Amino acid sequence: MVMVKAAAPSELVSAAAVRRILATVHDPEIPTVSIVDLGLVHDVRVDPERISVELLPTFVACPALEVIRSTVVDALAVLDRPADVTFTFAVPWTTKRLTPAGAAGLRKAGIAPPAEPSAVHCPFCASGRVAMDNAFGPTLCRSLFYCRDCRQPFEAFKPI
Amino acid sequence: MDFAGAGDGRERALALLLFSMADDEFVIGFSDSEWTGIGPILEEDVAISSIAQDELGHAQALYRLLADLVADGRDADAIAYDRPPEGYLHARLLDHPRGDWAATIVRRYLYDTADAARLDALADSSYRPLAELVAKIRREERYHLMHMETWLERLARASGEPRDRLLAALAEMGPDAGTVLAPLPGEPALVRHGIVGQPFATIETHWREGVGRTFARLGLPELPPTRDADHARSGHSEAFRALHEEFTMVRRSEVGATW
Repeated sequence: MVMVKAAAPSELVSAAAVRRILATVHDPEIPTVSIVDLGLVHDVRVDPERISVELLPTFVACPALEVIRSTVVDALAVLDRPADVTFTFAVPWTTKRLTPAGAAGLRKAGIAPPAEPSAVHCPFCASGRVAMDNAFGPTLCRSLFYCRDCRQPFEAFKPI
Repeated sequence: MDFAGAGDGRERALALLLFSMADDEFVIGFSDSEWTGIGPILEEDVAISSIAQDELGHAQALYRLLADLVADGRDADAIAYDRPPEGYLHARLLDHPRGDWAATIVRRYLYDTADAARLDALADSSYRPLAELVAKIRREERYHLMHMETWLERLARASGEPRDRLLAALAEMGPDAGTVLAPLPGEPALVRHGIVGQPFATIETHWREGVGRTFARLGLPELPPTRDADHARSGHSEAFRALHEEFTMVRRSEVGATW
């Protein structure tokens, strides 16, 4: 079968349409959270000739940035208009940018949403009887915890 | 340094500042990454590796600012790797090999406190790209500092071998601690143009007071004055030459390769 990609009429290419597509792009390491819910989207501009998307890195050294960038470029290709996808430090990404849906998505992936260590709850059994094992974890953005109730080690997003 | 084309005194001084900061982060990041796989315990292996990765990311972001500023066609990788050892502008504190765990902790503690003082002075920098990056980096460095403070205290309050090793590392590196905040050649221009909030001498005084309070609380000897402060970022050690040989090895093995 030949797939024919329908180019969107130019009047349909709006910032809202771009954002709807961005909401389908997920963090490569956390498939339950979109980059919109993670708060990565800083700015979307749509010009007659180009689409510009500015994203915020969660951590400066995050090795997933290039994957996220190319995934966004691929996802926007359906709009049939050249897209510039760049990362900016114009405002620092902080964990306050995470949406409630993003927090729910993190818990679904077994990761506690960011909170001060004393306020972290187990993503599996919701217990508050947890202990931080290591402020540093398997990725830059996560710490390691242990739940004393369900006896499950888990990761928590670092508050920054 | 080969950035003579970097325009007026302001740009030249700014480039020197960025080189010094980027090289500091790059060298300590690479040096500390040597612990990956051989950390004293699993949690610390993970922690120091994560910290080292952060530092290499900060270095990369700073090298990118340099590439934009100098605009001579070199990208961040070319600036980071394609220089002879004597072309690096990191502080002499980072010329020491990583040593044992106590030495790594001492060096990181001294560096992280000095770097935090430097970042504080850059928070309102008139050079927007730097101020924006610093706002981001400070949030991450806070974790490094908390971790190093915990470890310094743990080693200092132990008796016997841990404390002895800590004291030996301090005796070795203490005289070089202040090199991170030694004045740069273009400092008057940096201060005049609002790129740095205060002269480095002022930043260094505040940093010494803070470290001094911690050391007094832990019964550690006072930090000695900076040795040979006029050459704080030149004349690198054999240990750094060996490190340089290693971190440029892949880049040199296939010139122009893309990844």
